[in-house]
Amino acid sequence: MNRHMQYLASQAVAGKLSRRDFLGKAAALGFTAVSANLLLSTAAKAAGPQKGGTIRLGLQGGSTTDSLDPALVTNTVGLMVTRLWGETLVELADDGGIEGKLAESHEASADAKTWTFKLRPGVTYSNGQNVTAEDVVKTMERHSGEDTKSGALGIMRGIKDVRADGDSVVFELDSPNADLPYLLADYHLIIQPNGGNDDPAAAIGTGPYIMKSSDMGVRFVAEKNPNYWGDLGNADTVEIIVINDDTARVAALQSGQVDVIDRVPPRTAKLVDRAPNITVHSTSAAGHYVFIMHCNTAPFDNNDVRMALKYGINRQEMVDKILNGYGTVGNDTPINASYPMYTELEQRQFDPDKAMHHLKKAGHDGSILLRTSDNSFPGAPDASALFQQSLGSAGIQLDVKREPNDGYWSEVWNNKPFCTSYWGGRPTQDQMFTTAYLSTADWNDTRFNNEQFDQMLVAARGELDVAKRTQMYADMSTILRDEGGLICPMFNDFVEATTDNVDGWVEGIPGQVLMNGYAASKLWVKA
Amino acid sequence: MSPVFKLLAQRIALSLLLLLLISMVIFAGTMILPGDVAQSILGQSATPEALANLRAELGVNDPPVQRYFAWLFGAIQGDLGTALTSGQDISEALASRFWNTLFLAFWAAVVAVPLAIFLGLLAVRFKDRWPDKLISGVTLASISIPEFLIGYVLMYLVAVQLRWFPSVAMINDNMSLFEKLNAIALPIAVLTLVVLAHMMRMTRAAILNVMQSAYIETAELKGLNAFQVIYRHAFPNAVAPIVNVVMLNLAYLVVGVVVIEVVFVYPGMGQYLVDHVSKRDVPVVQACGLIFAAVYIGLNMIADVVAILSNPRLRHPK
Repeated sequence: MNRHMQYLASQAVAGKLSRRDFLGKAAALGFTAVSANLLLSTAAKAAGPQKGGTIRLGLQGGSTTDSLDPALVTNTVGLMVTRLWGETLVELADDGGIEGKLAESHEASADAKTWTFKLRPGVTYSNGQNVTAEDVVKTMERHSGEDTKSGALGIMRGIKDVRADGDSVVFELDSPNADLPYLLADYHLIIQPNGGNDDPAAAIGTGPYIMKSSDMGVRFVAEKNPNYWGDLGNADTVEIIVINDDTARVAALQSGQVDVIDRVPPRTAKLVDRAPNITVHSTSAAGHYVFIMHCNTAPFDNNDVRMALKYGINRQEMVDKILNGYGTVGNDTPINASYPMYTELEQRQFDPDKAMHHLKKAGHDGSILLRTSDNSFPGAPDASALFQQSLGSAGIQLDVKREPNDGYWSEVWNNKPFCTSYWGGRPTQDQMFTTAYLSTADWNDTRFNNEQFDQMLVAARGELDVAKRTQMYADMSTILRDEGGLICPMFNDFVEATTDNVDGWVEGIPGQVLMNGYAASKLWVKA
Repeated sequence: MSPVFKLLAQRIALSLLLLLLISMVIFAGTMILPGDVAQSILGQSATPEALANLRAELGVNDPPVQRYFAWLFGAIQGDLGTALTSGQDISEALASRFWNTLFLAFWAAVVAVPLAIFLGLLAVRFKDRWPDKLISGVTLASISIPEFLIGYVLMYLVAVQLRWFPSVAMINDNMSLFEKLNAIALPIAVLTLVVLAHMMRMTRAAILNVMQSAYIETAELKGLNAFQVIYRHAFPNAVAPIVNVVMLNLAYLVVGVVVIEVVFVYPGMGQYLVDHVSKRDVPVVQACGLIFAAVYIGLNMIADVVAILSNPRLRHPK
């Protein structure tokens, strides 16, 4: 029976049987639509990618104020466009490891302080120039220079010196860092001719596509790069349309105007998935929705107040009602199973008695003020109301103040002592902790100052023994969970959708949105 | 000096003065927006160094009065400055956006204005009978529903279910006129529904008002049929209020379509403005505000000019 179905599926993929007929036959044989579709897509993947056609993406998060300069990329559209025309030295592999892109191979010195990346020979930019080690050095300098505006500045800080050595590039670090390749996989660090110093927004790179037109915040068109060194890029043309309105984006997918969309609203994702020609993909990720308390500001400077609030939140309810099930429960640490050296800690549960106990111990009375707005994360005001209720059942009064979306990131976040926010996550524990929980971190938005934590973080960075390092990260997570200013009730999945017009979606790729930003070049249009 | 000319000159001078006052209000208004452009550009990924560097580069530290006059003189010469966020020349970037917005407004007006006036005439002709009630009911219902909701409903029915027209009204230079019209069919439909009721009811009311006059009775007694009475005797005398409401709605079609442009992903001024407001890109916000104000004042001025010219008492001074 199954073999017969597989045969039918391969017929359908080869175009000898219409999809509708296939699904009809499958239903007659007792297969559900889901398993039949799965069979079909497995057969399609076995048949291999098809070349040609146009793939169209409708994406949220682009703006007319954007730039093609990779240093200034801040949103999904920027990430997707950059991935089309440019490449980094190394990249996250589908399994969460590191694979070479422009660097063919890399190795670290025994103390993890000197790293050598060997460039892939014979790669050219879209303008015909050869990629040189000097370009790589210039690129790194541009992102780490004194007057840079690069989003990668934070992660470049530990790099003391970058120099070209024949066809290799050598990085000298201030202190050992076993995770350097993960840092260099950052999407800002696109290698450009002369480091992009001449015209950073020229979109000249080594990527699988060449930009044909770029209308910021509106529409981007790219065509296949005939001289691309690798095998990325199936469609001849990629078109990216910026659709910031949720309903409009879903409608564009349903009406067949685009093949792929990102950020399907969790509230309607199940309805969208029910449409016959659409598949919703939910990818667990490192992104999390949070309530952040400043550990140095009263009343949150008392750990018992923080614990009271942590026990007073109903995490499962948040996942069910705010994410509509498209996510996982958090444990007051920014680390979840999507990280390479994750250790599971005991899950903290909603416990009104313990919450009250800690609040009494702290001697705090009166209410606590939480600030929120819709753009801190989708549904943040609702989540705040749920938090208010669960705390209320523990006898703790929470006041919720709704702030305007405009100016939230400058006026409230990282400014007021207790507010809602989100984190996109990072590829490694080290990067996540260094970005937000190190005492001296630029975005220490919980004002967390813990000497022991800082020391462990630096020590773990230079530790090449994976078992020891894993234990160190588990200990750091425990410190954050029990003393930190972070209440992390949930990790949000990336919820994205494709039409049956395209195939090749790989589930569960870690890192960024839309198959780590490679959806446009790895998916293919079905003939 | 003839009174018509004097009135017109006064009216135009008043418009220019108003525009000047509004430029001050716009400038002052954008000064008191909360937040800071550098933080907004860099968003959550801002480091203190990056912030300081960007602020210095943007030069947001000069005194406001000095900046107002520099801006005003630039604007008079057609130089609206450069966008803080992208470094683009605003006049250049706005030109294509403004043209797109005018394109949409023009075609919406081409559909809506004759339709509204025709429906208004029809309503008068069949006053208090079922066509009048149907027209009033439908147009009142459509104006009462928020425009984004009309947009979503049409999008669902016409684009998703029937697939007659695209839901994304994306136009670009490579498209033929027909392709462009096809792309903007849905926003045109929504805009038409939104402005129809106002214009149609004003037409109806203005004509009915004139219909009370003695000379209409004379025309009826002369034996003209109802349409001729309305068309030849009532309508010309109701032109001033009708033009007034048409201009008001045209102004709305240009400056009020922000929501429609965002919903239908139309690359016009509205979308451009929204993006720059959220990034605190003050020069762009000011430029858009000034252009919107100019359009609004200009169209209102035209309405007044038409009203003045259509007044025979002014055309033939004693």
